[in-house]
Amino acid sequence: MTAIKISVAFVGRLLLSFLFAIFLAGSISAAVQDKTILVAASDSAFEQQEQSASHKEEGKFNAGEMIMEHVVDNHEWHVAEIGSLHLTIPLPIILLYESKLYTFCSSRFHNETHSYMGFKLEQEGPHKGKIVRDGDHGSVTEHPAVYDFSITKTVLAILMSSFLLILIFVSVARAYKRNRDKAPSGIQSLLEPLIIFIRDDIAKSSIGEKKYEKFMPFLLTVFFFIFFNNLFGLIPFFPGGANVTGNIAVTLVMAVFTFIITTVSGNKHYWVDIINTPGVPWWLKLPLPLMPIVEIIGIITKPFVLMIRLFANITAGHIIVLGFISLIFIFGEMNAAVGYGVSVFSVAFMIFMNLLELLVAFIQAYVFTLLSALYFGLATIEPEHH
Amino acid sequence: MELITPGLGLIFWMTLAFSFLVYILGKFAWKPILQMLKERETSIHEALNSANKAREEMKQLQFSNEQLLQEAKNERDAMLNEARKVRDKLIEEARIKASEEASRIVESAKASIQNEKMAAMTDLKNQIAENSLTLAKFVLKRELSDPLKQEEYVQELLKEVKFN
Repeated sequence: MTAIKISVAFVGRLLLSFLFAIFLAGSISAAVQDKTILVAASDSAFEQQEQSASHKEEGKFNAGEMIMEHVVDNHEWHVAEIGSLHLTIPLPIILLYESKLYTFCSSRFHNETHSYMGFKLEQEGPHKGKIVRDGDHGSVTEHPAVYDFSITKTVLAILMSSFLLILIFVSVARAYKRNRDKAPSGIQSLLEPLIIFIRDDIAKSSIGEKKYEKFMPFLLTVFFFIFFNNLFGLIPFFPGGANVTGNIAVTLVMAVFTFIITTVSGNKHYWVDIINTPGVPWWLKLPLPLMPIVEIIGIITKPFVLMIRLFANITAGHIIVLGFISLIFIFGEMNAAVGYGVSVFSVAFMIFMNLLELLVAFIQAYVFTLLSALYFGLATIEPEHH
Repeated sequence: MELITPGLGLIFWMTLAFSFLVYILGKFAWKPILQMLKERETSIHEALNSANKAREEMKQLQFSNEQLLQEAKNERDAMLNEARKVRDKLIEEARIKASEEASRIVESAKASIQNEKMAAMTDLKNQIAENSLTLAKFVLKRELSDPLKQEEYVQELLKEVKFN
């Protein structure tokens, strides 16, 4: 009962947040003629004017730029914009430059030159959003490289979702201890089917009864991390909205984890199959080791595909939804009435896409976990005795 | 912050956060949860097994109960039969004994009747003889002239004689 209530409340809140976003988008679209939503957060009225002027010069609403800005990582968390007031959470900047550590707040970049302590936040070009040494321009470097370890929007989202995951699952674990040998209750009963699903249908069926246990912590963590972050990515404002699982660095790290675990737990049979694949004609292995090369490439492509699949699916979903929002502004620039007319269809498609994304959120988490489990299963399979 | 080039800082933080997450969740969440799930499953499995066993035992018990009941019934029947036989035999014996006794009693009664009869006859004979003698005595006492009177007297005397 509680579980159903929670999930209903959750979906309801999600829909409500979408409606709110739509309302927000609608109210902004009215003011879009003389303003742009693309201005970075600002501290002074002067900068505001300067920026809106520069944007006017540049041209009007740039959908591609807006979408990219929402999909990629950022050094600050733009929460909302009400009129000319920008609600932005400044995030800490941590830089490693010539083996020295520089830490300051990202709001320091809010000045005319967008630079502080000799570091500059690129505003234009292919390296937009990157921190470089003053005087450098993207790849044109005169100075040593600046290593950026800042707590960016994505890092903060990762930390927050990790904290939430720990909070939820440790409390669920406590509920299991409390309700020993009793029926699950509350959030425990909401998550238990998922845990059992991962254990029985993913781990046991792909790795096998005997060896699945040591892979369970990783599989469960990766599933819930992806699933939760996918869902948070669908929430359009502050606690959510960060494109965590649609960030290639995040998927890269998870894929590397899968790769390392597969490689470390690979048994003799696994390596023999790679170097000396059975059932393959000898001339594919000697003098030119074609088959081993293909197999070794296969080891790398497996996690690579994992990385690309999750990243592409989630990013594509975000881009489509943002594209529908952009349509409103593009048509709104022609004529406010047309903008409102298009908004009806855009919103309808957005709701449809968001529902689809809810499904994708689960499916991608499932696919990543299942494929990881399959790779672990391949690495630990025992040779059949005939 | 390009779309398809992973940022170094993000890789660093993600690796840190994710390793930490796997470790913490693995130690404080997944381990107890999976252990409890397993425990619950085994306990359910055991409960089902023992229920099955109990049912089997119940069946066995019922069967043996029925068997016991049947045996008891058989025994009772046997005992009843035995008793009936004993009773019949007893009755038969009693009857035979009774009839023997009866015939013996009858026999002895007959014998004693015979004896009594003989005694009575003897007694009667004796009495008749005595009476005849007394009669003769009285007759002899009277004169024997008048034969009519004699006759009358005899009659009179005879009236007096009473066979008791």
